[in-house]
Amino acid sequence: MIRAGKVSAREVTQCFIDRMEAVEEKVKAYLTVTPEIALAQADAVDAAIAAGEELGPLAGVPGAIKDNMCTRGVLTTCASKILYNYKPIYDATVIERLNSERFVMIGKTNLDEFAMGGSTENSAFFVTHNPWDLNRVPGGSSGGSAAAVAADECAFALGSDTGGSIRQPASFCGVVGLKPTYGRVSRYGLVAFASSLDQIGPITKDVTDCALVLNAIAGKDACDSTSLDVPTPDFTRALVDDVKGLRIGVPKEFFGKGTDPDVAKAVMDGVETLAGLGAEYKETSMPSVEYGVPTYYIIAPAEASSNLARYDGVRYGLRAANSPDVISMFENTREEGFGAEVKQRILIGTYALSAGYYDAYYLKAQKVRTLLRRDFEKAFEEFDVIVTPTAPIVAWTIGELMDDPFAIKLADICTIPVNMAGLPGISIPCGFKGNLPIGMQLIGKALDEETLLRVAYTFERNSEFGGRKPVL
Amino acid sequence: MIEYEPVIGMEVHVELQTRSKMFCGCEVAFGGEPNTRCCPVCLGLPGSLPVVNERAVELMTKAALALNCTIAPQCIFHRKNYYYPDLPKNYQISQYDNPLGVNGYVEITGKKIAIRRVHMEEDTGKLLHVEGNRSLVDYNRSGVPLMEIVTMNPPPPGLDQIESADEAREYLQRLRQILVYLGVSDCKMEEGSMRCEPNISIKPKGQVEFGVKTEIKNLNSFRAVYLGVDYEIKRQQRVLREGGEVVQETRRWDDARGVTASMRSKEFEQEYRYFPEPDLVPMVFDDAYVGKLRAELPELPMAKIRRFTTDYGIPRADAEVLTDSVELADFYDACARVSKDPKAVANWLTGEFLRLVNATGTAVADAKTTPAGLCELLELIDKGTINRNTAKSVFEEMFNTGRSAGEIVKAKGLEQVSDTDAIEAAVDRIIAANPKEVDRFKAGEQKLIGFFVGQVMREMKGKANPAVVNELLKGKLGS
Repeated sequence: MIRAGKVSAREVTQCFIDRMEAVEEKVKAYLTVTPEIALAQADAVDAAIAAGEELGPLAGVPGAIKDNMCTRGVLTTCASKILYNYKPIYDATVIERLNSERFVMIGKTNLDEFAMGGSTENSAFFVTHNPWDLNRVPGGSSGGSAAAVAADECAFALGSDTGGSIRQPASFCGVVGLKPTYGRVSRYGLVAFASSLDQIGPITKDVTDCALVLNAIAGKDACDSTSLDVPTPDFTRALVDDVKGLRIGVPKEFFGKGTDPDVAKAVMDGVETLAGLGAEYKETSMPSVEYGVPTYYIIAPAEASSNLARYDGVRYGLRAANSPDVISMFENTREEGFGAEVKQRILIGTYALSAGYYDAYYLKAQKVRTLLRRDFEKAFEEFDVIVTPTAPIVAWTIGELMDDPFAIKLADICTIPVNMAGLPGISIPCGFKGNLPIGMQLIGKALDEETLLRVAYTFERNSEFGGRKPVL
Repeated sequence: MIEYEPVIGMEVHVELQTRSKMFCGCEVAFGGEPNTRCCPVCLGLPGSLPVVNERAVELMTKAALALNCTIAPQCIFHRKNYYYPDLPKNYQISQYDNPLGVNGYVEITGKKIAIRRVHMEEDTGKLLHVEGNRSLVDYNRSGVPLMEIVTMNPPPPGLDQIESADEAREYLQRLRQILVYLGVSDCKMEEGSMRCEPNISIKPKGQVEFGVKTEIKNLNSFRAVYLGVDYEIKRQQRVLREGGEVVQETRRWDDARGVTASMRSKEFEQEYRYFPEPDLVPMVFDDAYVGKLRAELPELPMAKIRRFTTDYGIPRADAEVLTDSVELADFYDACARVSKDPKAVANWLTGEFLRLVNATGTAVADAKTTPAGLCELLELIDKGTINRNTAKSVFEEMFNTGRSAGEIVKAKGLEQVSDTDAIEAAVDRIIAANPKEVDRFKAGEQKLIGFFVGQVMREMKGKANPAVVNELLKGKLGS
């Protein structure tokens, strides 16, 4: 519509800014809002259209960016006190790519500090509220991004996913969230949590938008050695309403103890819907899945303990006052700057990497990871896609699980194995428990985002859950 | 009294001479305004990621090959985690149990010094301590490609270890020479592009087990390495002979006072929490890659020395001097290959040429004389066109101006006179003019022949063939 000149980019942007001003006080999705930047970018798009420039589908479209992706000159805090004043001197590759598509940046969204958590309750600044029920969490760690999309405070958002941080909040907020194959999207400029697991992906209102955003951000990046040098297809071509002959695997381990029966039912209903459209499904077993969470809590903290070592007060961010020497400056800065969850993970990770424990923990966890990968490979000999709940439960009440950190960690039980195996996974709305959205996760073969998008698109076209909006 | 013998281990760090840093595109150069050669990657800014400099890997692979190492078929980087303000990520990207090269050696006089490993890493920044209990950090050096070369003690069968201060210095000089030949590094100890931390222990002669070792830091020249190691060997002997114990520690060389002093004890092994660098993918060194690099290796100093002594028949000492730099070796090679008298070429280069190089502070590569020019000069001597003394002044002019020997000789009329009549006339004049000396000579003062030769040469403006002059003088004076 913008490109056709039916509506100007400024009008669209202003509309989202107005919406943001109206509901943000309730949702608190944003750490930083950038209306001036957004309007300037929108005006530039309008000028380009007036000048007859050919623009892409994201031109003039307002997007929100999780606040752990570097944006030049705009605060990038990772929701941590240690980076409370940090303005990067460069744009992350995903931002550069969105900029070249002439998107409009409307703000930076809240998250659990350094993306560690599943509810945004670990943000050092404030909690984000689930637009479907303001007393509940939006999920996390990309809770701000998912809530902003669900509350129409932006047209789309970027999240990052280390153990479920895109898919779980998408599920809690009733939107679409895709974690691409590890290496599909450049991590350059994504503030690292666990380097071998982190991946950026879109959080959108529907599957079509998901494909459009993925088109913009995917592809090899010379600045990220782990980004994959493979051709990037046009993902919108995968948006086909057809699942005939599709082979779906439903591993029972993803429906284990602690799974809300309503969630399980909604997901199985979803599988039946796909079956009704011509897909076949079969229950299967992936025994190594139960080791996903424990091994994740070795590998992710180990990498994090090293990745977060750089926050020491020497070069940027917080520097604790009154430190007589450099060692105490390090200690005081980190003591003041990091929250409890981050500290706990740094401690676990440091321990796991220590001489004498390395083989028992880190090395063993890497071996389990290989097992997990093999289990998936075996499953994909038989199936085209694996369907699971995105999370075993729906969004919980804010504060409800603060004294039970392990319950929060178990909420990632279905998503973590996907990161451990480096596979693509998408969460799409598949039902409601009362007013609370339920998400269905589709897991695909490495680099087969196209099948995921096709199945998700087909499901969306043939179900009634995607279009519903929260009332705010 | 118990005789002790030292064992010396060497850990050497060499900064590479690449255009850009190990994991980013920033320029590599010594000095410069602080923090002007940095980017998000070498500053370790949040979100930045390393990308391996392939040229640096290539150079280090070549170096490992030149040090006779086996190249790992696949190798990875590790993170070495420790906190220090000059280390922007508070971890260094380095290598751990899977280094680039292993099991090599460096040849020194009479020994092959065993090398345990050669690995790749990145350099740190530099701390500058200023007044008022404050420090500044310069990250220009942060991320510069660094190669670590570690010796193996005890050595495997067939190889040796360093056992004296002399050998320690020679090992370093040989290593430097190889790396400079390869163009890997300029290896300037004074500028820190080559840094060496020897560890020293002594044990009763013949004992297998090693003694407690100390490590020396702050050695900024080959001379300091020699003096520091020598001092430390003697200090440890004194400690043991006085009934004391050597403490495992790091000691700092004080160049002004010529002593080592304790810096810190090494009771606690530093915990680096190594783990594979997840931001980088494994590197594969297949036979084709290694083979290509091996084929590109230049002839190394030791091989050159062997060839020069065998093929050109020059003494080992001359070959050592001539192979000191690859430029001089190439110069010699080019002349010697076409010369009838490679020994004479060696003499000219080790004598006149290096004298002029040193006196004028000219780099060999910048000398205006060419190998062909020197060959021409030697031919003129050989043909008797000029004598040796004239040749020296001609050579100096060649060196300074780049003109050819033939041009200079012709322009100045320096051709040697071998014409017996002209020389005889001069000889007669000199004998007639110096009757007293003639009498003394005839009375047995044989050394006066030199006086007569000198006089005749002066008379002939230095151009007379000295052999002819000698012969005629001896005939006329009747010796």
